[in-house]
This record gives sequence, C-alpha cells and structure tokens, in this order.
Amino acid sequence: MDATVAQTGTEGKTWGGGNRPLNASYGKMMMWFFIVSDALTFSGFLASYGFSRFKFIDSWPIADEVFTHVPFLHGVPAPMYYVAFMTFILIFSSVTMVLAVDAGHRMQKNKVIIYLFLTVIGGLIFVGSQAWEWATFIKGDYGAVETNGGKILQFLDKDGKRVAIGEFATTIPTTAETHTEGNGIWYMEGGTKTSHTYEEVKAGFLANENLLIRDQELIPNMEVLRASEDLADKQEVARLERSYINLDETGEKAIYNREMSVSKLVNDGKLVVEGANLKHNEYGTPLFADFFFFITGFHGFHVFSGVIFNLIIFFNVVIGTYERRGHYEMVEKVGLYWHFVDLVWVFVFTFFYLV
Amino acid sequence: MAHEHKLEIFRGLLKFKSNVTKIWGVFTVLSIVTVVEVALGIIKPDFLTVNRFMAMKLLNWIFIILTLFKAYYITWDFMHMRDEVKAMRRAVVWTAVFLICYLVLILLIEGDYIYEVYKNNYIKFTF
Repeated sequence: MDATVAQTGTEGKTWGGGNRPLNASYGKMMMWFFIVSDALTFSGFLASYGFSRFKFIDSWPIADEVFTHVPFLHGVPAPMYYVAFMTFILIFSSVTMVLAVDAGHRMQKNKVIIYLFLTVIGGLIFVGSQAWEWATFIKGDYGAVETNGGKILQFLDKDGKRVAIGEFATTIPTTAETHTEGNGIWYMEGGTKTSHTYEEVKAGFLANENLLIRDQELIPNMEVLRASEDLADKQEVARLERSYINLDETGEKAIYNREMSVSKLVNDGKLVVEGANLKHNEYGTPLFADFFFFITGFHGFHVFSGVIFNLIIFFNVVIGTYERRGHYEMVEKVGLYWHFVDLVWVFVFTFFYLV
Repeated sequence: MAHEHKLEIFRGLLKFKSNVTKIWGVFTVLSIVTVVEVALGIIKPDFLTVNRFMAMKLLNWIFIILTLFKAYYITWDFMHMRDEVKAMRRAVVWTAVFLICYLVLILLIEGDYIYEVYKNNYIKFTF
C-alpha cells in the first residue's frame, strides 16, 4: 500500500535496522546495559560506605580485628585468610566461566558442560563461605558493652589482649526472661537476653583490677599533634594523655587507663552486646554492620542468582539447546554477568577488608 | 562463527599463543596481585601506613591501584572488552568511570566535612 513506507532509504546503513550496532548482538548489548547500571548501584553502596566511614574516620572498626576466623580453626586468629580464600574461589570460577565461553566458541559441548559445572561449584562454595562469615559475624566474638551514647566498650587485659565478657562477669541470680509478644497483653517485646547482664559485667570488671577498656577511638598521629601550636590541638593532646595508655600505637584503638575505664563503664554503660545485628554491633559503630550486611548481602544475592542462571544454561547445554541453535552465545551472556559479580567482589574485598 | 581474540596483554609485552593460554596467564597475573594485596594487608609495613599522599595512607593507595589493575584485566580479558569495538569500550567504561568518580568525590568530601563538624563542635557522638 502506498500509505506504508516500505523504504526508508537507510537500508544497510548503521541505523537502518537489521545490523548490530557496535558489533555486539542485542543480547550482549543489553547485558552490558544491565552491568553498567548495576555497577552504578554497587558504587552507590560503596560510596555511601565511604561517606559513613569518612564521617567516623577516627572511630571506624578495624576490619582485621573483626574478620579473624577460619572454619575448623576455632580460636586461631587468622585475619584475612578466609576472605582471601573466597576471593580466589571467585576468581577461579571466573576462569572456568571464561574457559566455558571459549569452548562454546569452538562448539565443544562436553568442555562447556565441564567448565560450567565447575563454575557453579565455585559459586556455591563462595555463597556458602559468605553464609558462614555472616553467621560468625552475627554470633560475635568477645562481647562488649554499649554506652548510653551508643559507643561500644570492649574489654582487654593488662597486655592489651581482648577478654571475652564471659571470662570475668560474675553471676547474679535473676529471674529475668525474654518477654515475647506471645506472652503479653501488650504488643511489646523485651530486649534480647544476653549471656550476662550489664550489672554482672560491671561487678566482674570492678572486682578484677587487671581489666581495661577501649572504645572506638583510634589513636591519631601524636607527633604531628604534639608539634602543633594550635590551642585546640594542645587541649586534645592533654585529653588524650589523661585518658589513654597506648598513645604510641598510631592507628590502633586507644585503651583507657584503669581509672577512666571504670568511670566509662560505671557512668556510661547501658547494655551488653554480643555479636552484631542492624541496631547493635559489638565490633563498633552499628553502621559498619549495616553496610556489611547490605553490601555483602547484595553481592551474595548476585552470586546466588548467578549460580541459578549458570545452572539453567548448564542444563540447556546438556540437553543440546545451543548445539541445535548453532552457537553458544547464551553462555557468553551469563558469563558476562558472572564476571561482573567477580569484578564487584574485587572492589568489596578492597574497601571492606583491606583499606 | 569466527571469533577473533587479541592475544597480547601488558601492551604487547606478553603475547599468548591461544585464547586458553591467555586466560590462564591472566588468572596467574590476578592471583599474584591478590597474593600481594593479602600479604600487604597482613604485614602492613610501617612506612606505608605512616606516610600519606593526598591525606590517604600509601598502603591504601596501593590497594586501590591494584584493585583497579585487577578490574581492568577482569573486564578486558574475562569479559572480552579487549575484543569489542572502541566505541563500545568507551560507552561502557567512560560512563561508569565518570559517574563513579563524581559520586565518590562528592560523598567523601561531604563525609569529611561532617567529621570536622563532629570533631570541632559540640556534638560528639550521635549514633
């Protein structure tokens, strides 16, 4: 019909349709669109983590002291080793993925099957490791006391080694129980019951002369501070010298002297915190735990969905879908997603565990 | 389908015979970088934590640079960016890099400003 424009005069030209802009197929191009937008989502999370960290730059938890556990090595402090292992697992599963893509280009079905299978296994090990890491983080380590102001007080012995609250807290008989919604007329829940109450920790601490406390403050570079002529800096030096005993350890957490320790615990202490959740965090500021759960959780969810996608493609390869189709581009597309998940982890690893 | 792969990394310094050997080569490079990162993270050499460049510890600069290095090879060789056309590479990388740099810069400056307010004014700790 004359009303229909059958010819646009752009046939065979770049925007004439039927060709592949930027030499990428539609599916691959859309995967790249998704990856760029997802990268921006993740950078939003990581940048806001940076924002909060800069906000509390002199009281942020030290990751080495938080993530010190390795499965089956209970009580052996091994900072970073387990996350390093997780990083290797993910990089290695990226390698098997790219090998699967390569085998797909050569139409070697059996090799694609093997490599995709290995990729899925790697993904599962990673997600499992992350679940374990979450469980360890939530369960907590030594326990701490939270102050009215929301600071965390952690306990140490005279040598600066951490002491668990269970090691010194006295036992005061109590009939307190956790009040649950089901038991009361009012829809109110009581606070979480910890292994020791604040009163027990306080009594134990006062009875044991060898115990000290540190809060979240990190020791600044004292040389610079002492050299300063500024009045505010001089007052700061005086305050630091009055309160802390380990001012020579720049960047470490500041430890109160015994007198200040007692005063902090007795005057400011409020409740015992064991482990971490979204409101309380025995390792330091609750924001650290919030970001940890949110960012590694979001990443873990990506790994999980990546494993699902890989499994779907895996079964399609096994039943020969792509062999009949004549090309293995679907493997390449999920491969892009999988590598992206690895790419994000490289950044999460740096900003959560290293920096 | 014929798939062309560029087989050289490090600006042609290292050229692989096949795509598979290139993959293993890149894996080796990434592993070495990760091992270096972890080792530095555990040892934390004093001169790298005390000295600063642009208000950041040298150690953290090293971590960030090594991370970008790894990101480059993951994108270029695992995600085959090396084999895409130039316009495709730029559309993806420049967009993301520009927006991320902007976001990070703004948020970190703001975070530092709030830190100064907390430090030099009366509010000491809110949450």
